[in-house]
Amino acid sequence: MIVTRSLTKRFGSFLAVDEVSLDVREGDRYGFLGPNGSGKTTVIRMLLGLVYATGGQIEVLGQPMPARAPQVLARVGSLVEGPSSYRHLSGRANLALIDAAGAAGGRRTRPARIAEALEQVGLAGIDSRAVSKYSLGMRQRLGLAAALLRAPRLLILDEPTNGLDPRGIREMRDLLAGLNAAGTTIFLSSHQLSEVEQLCTRVGIVDRGRLVVQDDLGALQAPTGRTVIRTAAADRAAAVLGSDVAQRDGDRLTVAAADPAAVNARLVTADIPVSEIGPERRSLEDLVLSLTSAGADRVDRRAASDPKDGAR
Amino acid sequence: MIAVELVKLARRPRNWVSLALLCGLPVVVAVFVVITHLAPPPGQGPALLSDVLSSGSLFPAAALAIVLPVFLPVAVAVVGGDSIAGEASSGMLRYLLARPVGRARLLAAKLVALVVYVLAAVVLVAVTSYLTGIALFGSAPVAATPGGLTASNLAATSLSGAGLTPAGLLARILGAVAFIAVSMLGVGAIALFLSTVTDSGLGAALGAMAALITSQVLVTLNSTSAVSPYLPTRYWLAWIDFFRDPILWRNIDRGLAVQAVYVAVFLAAAWAHFATKDITS
Repeated sequence: MIVTRSLTKRFGSFLAVDEVSLDVREGDRYGFLGPNGSGKTTVIRMLLGLVYATGGQIEVLGQPMPARAPQVLARVGSLVEGPSSYRHLSGRANLALIDAAGAAGGRRTRPARIAEALEQVGLAGIDSRAVSKYSLGMRQRLGLAAALLRAPRLLILDEPTNGLDPRGIREMRDLLAGLNAAGTTIFLSSHQLSEVEQLCTRVGIVDRGRLVVQDDLGALQAPTGRTVIRTAAADRAAAVLGSDVAQRDGDRLTVAAADPAAVNARLVTADIPVSEIGPERRSLEDLVLSLTSAGADRVDRRAASDPKDGAR
Repeated sequence: MIAVELVKLARRPRNWVSLALLCGLPVVVAVFVVITHLAPPPGQGPALLSDVLSSGSLFPAAALAIVLPVFLPVAVAVVGGDSIAGEASSGMLRYLLARPVGRARLLAAKLVALVVYVLAAVVLVAVTSYLTGIALFGSAPVAATPGGLTASNLAATSLSGAGLTPAGLLARILGAVAFIAVSMLGVGAIALFLSTVTDSGLGAALGAMAALITSQVLVTLNSTSAVSPYLPTRYWLAWIDFFRDPILWRNIDRGLAVQAVYVAVFLAAAWAHFATKDITS
């Protein structure tokens, strides 16, 4: 659905996106992660033909972008850097204008399309209030409704849960999962790692403009070959397991052994009560933190002014 | 897309306010003149206003002269400057282009909406001021003379002007309206180009106004006579020549040619810039 080859974007001397090669397959729920300023939004803007690439190729829905933008974008719904609207108009009037712009469906079916999109995002009951009176969550829902207007084959969503409360986030996840089950491919960027963990099947992680990882979430979270146990008798357990103990943190031991059952058997034989045991898995958070640097919104003191680094 | 832009134009309260102000200013002037019976002497104040007391039919021309120097170009610059920059600052530009609306199509639709606004503004001013003029000053017959338009009772004594039929007067007013609309289109094209350059509609409008003020200052100087024929405001007042008898076409033709060049150059620049621009708003 989305293939990029060595996609690169320079803004002047600043390299925003550096040889990113994405591969999003049909039916994926793809999570696109990375710190602030790592180039996620620039990639999304290039996928949508808003920003022109400095180098590399983009294919969306099997066709080159931005050369075939009219055909491609007609089947893509998007939410980029927050929802926008004509604030002095009502939500319905906004959707009507968006629907009429570009290669829209028929005018006669427009009210039905708008009603369906509003129903999907939970705004079926909105009245003629101007959007300027909407809450942030309502605007987010309206933005998603605009993305859904044409029943797109591909949804490109940048931070879709921004401004939603926990219930709203849950609704959004159910909606996206339902759309995905009905055949829509979802490409979603988010900071909410728990969000991505619960929704996505594949992730790509960017850091400073480079794609550092792209894989199935299941593979990335595969057992690490170690076992984590929790026991009230941690000292005795550590003695029994000896040099297999890789790490100890209070009553929590990390053991360099892949099979929890075998570890459990050794502890039970030694009459040690085990309250929790299981294979160690990397959380998405660990993965992201280990693979990425601090976001571009963090500005530390220059290293040269640090006396320890002064010798360099 | 053109229909969408026209709907947006019409549903923007600000546009109606600006039209109301444009039509209101000449009415205010007319009320003062009719109450005091003190019209500026010929050659001072807005063109033609001195003759209005004699015939209200002249008032549309006087009203256009009142709004032309500042009010009308400001209104056009605001609408033109807002066209792309306003979409960018509201964040809708990225959604329109991803809809997808082709960039050239969006620009063309904005241009059509701008032309409609300019025509609406000039025609509305002419119509409301005609009604105001007839109501306040009456409709004595009007004559056109080589020196300009004048009420026929004056013309009979001073210059050998031919009396104008109401249809003849209407035709000349339409000519003037068309000429002024084309002049404003030049302003609009400059504003539209600046609107593709910046994300601030206000900045684009002020930029266009700065260009006009520069031009108006330069036009008045003798030392700039080499360039003044090419300045955008040089022939703005040539529409008065529609009310001479016979119509003095020389400056009208030159004015249209200059505006055509400005419109073509700035629209081409707007298209070239917008089509290749990274949309980061």
